[in-house]
Parts: sequence; C-alpha cells; structure tokens
Amino acid sequence: MITPTGTTPPDPGASGPPMVLAEGLHKSFGRLQVLRGIDLEVARQEVMCIIGASGSGKSTLLRCINHLEKINAGRLWVDGELVGYRQQGGKLYELREREICAQRAEIGMVFQQFNLFPHMTALENVIEAPIRVKGMSKARATELAGQLLDRAGLKDKADAYPKQLSGGQQQRVAIARALAMQPKLMLFDEPTSALDPELVGDVLAVMRDLATSGMTMIVVTHEIGFAREVGDTLVFMDEGVVVEAGRPREVLSNPRHARTRAFLSKVL
Amino acid sequence: MTTPRMAETAGRTGPPEEIKAVPVRHPGRWLAAAVVLLLVAMLVHTLVTNPRFQWDIIGTYFLSSRVLDGLELTILLTVVAMAIGIVLGVILAVMRLSANPLLSSASWAYIWLFRGTPVLVQLLFWFNLAFLYPRISLGVPFGPSFLQANANDLITALAAAILGLGLNEGAYMAEVVRAGILSVEHGQAEAAQALGMSRTLTLRRIILPQAMRVIIPPTGNETISMLKTSSLASVITVTELLYAVQLIYSVNFQTIPLLIVASIWYLIATSVLTAGQFYIERYYARGSARQLPPTPWQRLRRYLFTFHAPPPAPPAQLPPGERR
Repeated sequence: MITPTGTTPPDPGASGPPMVLAEGLHKSFGRLQVLRGIDLEVARQEVMCIIGASGSGKSTLLRCINHLEKINAGRLWVDGELVGYRQQGGKLYELREREICAQRAEIGMVFQQFNLFPHMTALENVIEAPIRVKGMSKARATELAGQLLDRAGLKDKADAYPKQLSGGQQQRVAIARALAMQPKLMLFDEPTSALDPELVGDVLAVMRDLATSGMTMIVVTHEIGFAREVGDTLVFMDEGVVVEAGRPREVLSNPRHARTRAFLSKVL
Repeated sequence: MTTPRMAETAGRTGPPEEIKAVPVRHPGRWLAAAVVLLLVAMLVHTLVTNPRFQWDIIGTYFLSSRVLDGLELTILLTVVAMAIGIVLGVILAVMRLSANPLLSSASWAYIWLFRGTPVLVQLLFWFNLAFLYPRISLGVPFGPSFLQANANDLITALAAAILGLGLNEGAYMAEVVRAGILSVEHGQAEAAQALGMSRTLTLRRIILPQAMRVIIPPTGNETISMLKTSSLASVITVTELLYAVQLIYSVNFQTIPLLIVASIWYLIATSVLTAGQFYIERYYARGSARQLPPTPWQRLRRYLFTFHAPPPAPPAQLPPGERR
C-alpha cells in the first residue's frame, strides 16, 4: 500500500521539474515482486533507453508511468504531477477516472504488438483519440494526422486497414496515433521486437527523427545500436532494480557491474 | 549451380502437358443418391395422393385474415422480444464484466434465474402476476405512490408474452454479448486507455464494434429461435400464428391442414431470417476474412455445373480498400 510520506514534489527549477521522477517504486503481482525500489529521473527532451533481460521489470516500469499498472509503494511524478494520486494535507487520494484519463492523454505509448484498432483505417486510428478525447474538430485532426502519417512515410496508406499493412507500417501508424495526442512524453515498449528484421530500420528511423525534434522519450528496447546512437541515458535493469545508469557509450563499453557485463556479453 | 540448368530444361519443354486420366468411380455415392431419390419420390407421392392432407383446405385458409393476423402478431412478438433481449443483454453483459462485485453478481443471478427456468413457466408466471401483486403502483420505494393500476388491466396477455419472452431472451443475449466482448484482445482496451479514452468510450468505440463479428451470428440464431418460441404464447391466449390456427380448427376440426398452414408460414419466416442472417454475417466478415463465403446462388451455379464434387469456394476476393 502507498502511504503518505514527507516527500514533496521536486522543486520546479528554471526549466521546470524533470519530466519523470520516480522514488522507491515497488510493484508486485500477488507474491511476485516485479519492481523493487526504482529511483529514476528523466529530464525534459531526454531520450532514455532501458535494457535488461525479460522479466527484469522494464515493461512494468513503463506501464506504471502512465498508470496502466498501479504502484504498491513509492512515488512517481510526471511533469511535477503525482501519477494516479493527489496529495492533500499529508493524505493520498486516488484520482477519478476522468483525471487519470487526462494524465494519460498527455503521455503517448507505443506497444510491442502495435495494438492498432483493426476495424478502423490508419487515418481513423490516428484521429480517433484527438476527436473523442481532446475534442479536436475532425478537419483539424485529419490535417494533423495527415502530417504525422506523412512524417512516418505512410502518406499513401491513410485509407488502409491495419491487416493490409506490414508490421513496420503498423508500428509507424501506432507512433503517429500516439503523437496525434500531442504528448509531452513518449513511452516505447519494445517497439521493434515483434518486427521482421528488415522492417526494424524504418521504425527506428521514425523514432530517431522524433528524438531529434526534442521529444522526451523512454524506450524499452533490445536495439543496442539505437540506444548507443540516439539515447542520452542508458539504464540497465535486473530483477526489479536499476543496476546501472549512465551515458550509453560508457555503460556499453565500460560497464561497472558484473551483472551488466554478463548481460551485455550475451547481447552484443 | 543446378538451378539455372533446371530452368533451362523447363524452358525447352514449353508448357507442361495436362493430365488426362480416367476419374475414380464412386459407386457408393450413386447408391446413396438413389436411396435419397427413392425417399423423396415416396414423400412426394404421399403428399399428392393422400387425400387427408386436404390441400384444398390448406389453400382456403393459407391467406385468410385470421391466419395473417396471427402471423403479424408472431412477427411483432419476435421483433419486440428480441429488441428487449438485445438491449437487456448488452446491459447485463457489461454489468457481468464490471469491477463492482454487486453489479456482476446481480447480473449473474439474473442469468441464473431466467436461464434456469423454462420459458413456458415464465410466461405463465407473468400471465398470472395478478395473484402475486393484485395492484401495481409506481412511486418512491417504501414511500408514497403516484400511480396505481390493477395488475390484470396492466399485464394483458400480450404484455405478459412480451415480458416473458423478452426478459428470458435478455439472459441468453447477455451471454452472447459477453462472449463477444471477451473475444476482443486485451491490448485493444489498453491501447485505448493509453490514449486517454475512458472505459465507456473504449467500450463504445473500440470493444463493441469488434465484438459485433462474434455477436451477430448467434444473435441471428436467437432471432430464428424466438420466432418459433413465440408460439408458446398460445398457451396464455395470445392469438399469434399457432393460437390463431388452433382457434380455427377447434371449430371446424381440420387440425392437420391448419397445422400445416402454420408450419408453412413458420418455414417461410425462418427462411427469410436465415437469408438475412447469411448476408449480415457476410457483411461483418469483411476485413477479417480474405475470402468471403459464396452466396447460395454462386454455390447453386457451381453445383449445377459440377455434379459429383463440392467445388472449392470461388475467389470472391475483395479489392483493397473495400474492407471494413
């Protein structure tokens, strides 16, 4: 259970609070402890890549950040706002569904299995949430979606249904769909793991383009090359804790922990 | 190394010679066909020669106004009871899947009660409601009432039939809708939530449209079943198709001809519904199936041209962009 502590939200500095701040996050599913005390800070415009073996808690951490999973202990802020709760007079109050939806609307998420809506065309997938959640006009949403699909190299696929697209194209539509909500933070949960090798490059190119444009991104990935070139920070997780974090080139070429070395020797 | 040479050889021989072989004979098939034809001939013979079928009486009553009124009432009962059943079914299915344990238990109990008792018993129960509640009133629970009515005036035979059939159908439709909702992958709801969509919006825009493909076929089934089940309302004096012909033959004693009249009308109505169901299913299969199943006409044409083997489905491929 989460109990109130004396912790206050981080002091908003000149550039505002960090985009994501996690303190002592714990998450368990029944008796299985998945996150066991995660401390993390993601600055604005930072690209953080998270690597680690499967079952190390990477995806769970990502899902906690937009409250798809409830944390059991610790504190989590996105853009200076407590995720899923409101703290008043030393007490925590659960947020209403509407407030949680509003928080999620500002955080984009891209899934390993794309999760496009199969009964809608690519364009309809992208404009659905801006119209229904943000109340954007259909004309404005369609215009924005056109730009985003164009940027993802899918200008001529707007009227295609997901089943008619390749995995790489579907994932790029999924990225456009998340970006259409104009989020301040993007979460990528192994975005290229379900793709055929020759389709990975196109998706990574779109993500690289996004990183260059200044989007704050947290990317759970097995693409070490992408982490090295695009990431500002590389985090290695194992058994629910952050083992090592630092500049990607340093962590990759000169890992300080034995567990990091053991993992890297298997994937590099 | 070997591949180019093989290609050369293939190029030299030109198009392959088509196989001409004597087809396998199927004596068993011919025998079975002969037996079936014999049985059909016997059936036709008895229909034509047995005077007790009294086809002239069937002809007289087939389009009589009392029979047609009964048919109209049967269709009305089917439509209204199914409408109640579908609306109730969606509500019960959503309640059943709700996180609130009270709502989901209430839905479970409703389904348990209405599926667990015969619909005929339920019809009789509603028809005799006045024994349990002689007066029905509308007002504040445990408080004053604004409207009062005699149960016998309010619950007519027709109202009892609609209530009985509709409420019973709700329990079955709830399970159909629930199966449809559960058939939609969990990732869909998650993706919608991650976009900031609320639970109701997710259900309405993402889950239910996808669940429709699973919901439609059994709903068609339920409708056809309802058309026939509505004949049970004859027991509580609703003059639907069956009771209408019963009233006629109780006077003129032409029992068999009039039952045949009713049966033919039931067959016509179910045939229309079956055809409707086929085309609705075909419509919802778009986008999910690469190949649509052939229509009965396409199938018939194929059978006429190739007698001995059921043909493969004709390539009714959709042009891209026509899916939904």
